[in-house]
Amino acid sequence: MSIGEVTRADVCALAIAECFRDDGEIMVSAMGTSPSLGARLAKSTFEPDLLMTDGFNLLLRRALPLGVKPSDSDVEGWMPFGAVFETLWWGRRHVMMGASQIDQFGNQNIACIGSWQNPKAQLLGVRGAPGNTINHVTSYWVPNHNARALVAKVDMVSGVGYDRAAELGPKGSRFHEIRRVVTNLGVFDFNTPDHRMRLVSLHPGVDLQQVVDNTGFELVIPDGVDTTPVPTPEIIGVLRELDPQGYAQKEVVV
Amino acid sequence: MTDKRMTVDEAVAEVSDGMTVGIGGWGSRRKPMAFIRALVRKGVKDLTVVSYGGPDIGILCATGQLKKAVYGFVSLDSIPLEPHFRKARQNATLEAVELDEGMFLLGLRAAAQRLPFLPTRAGLGSDVLEINPHIKTVRSPYDDGEELVAVPALNVDVAFVHMNRADALGNGQALGRDPYFDNLFCMAAKKAFMSCEKIVSTDELVSGGPLQSLLINRMMVSGVVETPGGAHFTECPPDYGRDEKFQREYAATAKDEAAWNAFRAKYLEVSESEYQKAVAS
Repeated sequence: MSIGEVTRADVCALAIAECFRDDGEIMVSAMGTSPSLGARLAKSTFEPDLLMTDGFNLLLRRALPLGVKPSDSDVEGWMPFGAVFETLWWGRRHVMMGASQIDQFGNQNIACIGSWQNPKAQLLGVRGAPGNTINHVTSYWVPNHNARALVAKVDMVSGVGYDRAAELGPKGSRFHEIRRVVTNLGVFDFNTPDHRMRLVSLHPGVDLQQVVDNTGFELVIPDGVDTTPVPTPEIIGVLRELDPQGYAQKEVVV
Repeated sequence: MTDKRMTVDEAVAEVSDGMTVGIGGWGSRRKPMAFIRALVRKGVKDLTVVSYGGPDIGILCATGQLKKAVYGFVSLDSIPLEPHFRKARQNATLEAVELDEGMFLLGLRAAAQRLPFLPTRAGLGSDVLEINPHIKTVRSPYDDGEELVAVPALNVDVAFVHMNRADALGNGQALGRDPYFDNLFCMAAKKAFMSCEKIVSTDELVSGGPLQSLLINRMMVSGVVETPGGAHFTECPPDYGRDEKFQREYAATAKDEAAWNAFRAKYLEVSESEYQKAVAS
């Protein structure tokens, strides 16, 4: 695509980057293509103090384009898995994970479809989702917003949502925060009295009914829903540098 | 001091039916695959495997030797979900203990420290506690009174790990950029065995990398085996990367009984040296 053309994937990448605004000097772990791009955009522009790895064990001093292997001069530190666990228990981390299912309180499932004992489909398993969500800030990315992904009840709670966190009381839940959910249709948060998911903004070209029809629970819809900001030409330039192959363009369903 | 050199088959002779086996490495990274292949040859059954799982769990699922898997995940990395494990789970032929990845680490640490459990917040509020009713919570005895998950120790009978280098005494060196938790697997076990790409003199071992790479000391292991290519087809940097082509071939056998039988005959019902020859050709 040309530099001047702004796509839904670009809007999503900026919306993802905005999840990390004001995070400062903490580690961001962004799982998947668009989250990786968005996090790198944040680090390249308004949130330079973020710490990010190569996805393996190196902390990198700058955001590299997707698919580019770091050279020695890109490295600033060491983050093997043992240190990742220490960091996440320490709480200085913001993770953006995917969600095969997510419900109105932000409970996330990446483990299985059907009962866990006898799954219709085994997915990734809970991986680090339980520990991540109870220890530090979490956001989610859903590239294909539909009623099978945004569901009334998830089949297995991998990442902990606000209702489950509330049951733990103020001590157990004090490090729990689900900052935002970004999908291919809009941006959502949980800034409501009972922490139900709220529509924050619709991406340009998406109408409210489309979101309602593709969500398996009742969203909180405030008066006067915003439109998700469109990246400036300067931001588009950075995005093209960070994703020259257009991986994120292929991921986002329009 | 004791020369602990032995063969893979001598090492797996320590494993009998129904035992709990700890496997080092991570996903499809530096897995002690020569030991896994030896376990297949031995035909030992009803095993419980404790692992940050990869093809170790997948192969033992496919051969029907695995009764129970205790894991933080089971992945081939470039293939996010281990296909033989997926099949076993969806056919409900495997008993599974699925833990948060960090809970798994604390279970290993508890075993290594001879503690019954270690506390953590990880798991609170999630269905990990629902699917694992044996895992209980504990209340802090201090003023905070916080309720935490008491991750039970992951004690194992025999552990297997693979290093880049070792000496004949059982000192082992991981030259890759991530040590994973192989030292804890050894300490969580009654007996541990280490394979390596190359056995060298202690002098060469110490000068062959930074001191921090000497992850395993000789107290931790009962036997050392030189198995060049012993982590194949998983990665073992800097000696070799993952054999992605071979891994794809392996993964495809989960959907094709005939292909699995052919794979098994060619690569698993042969000695380690025949395996390495078959892979090289």
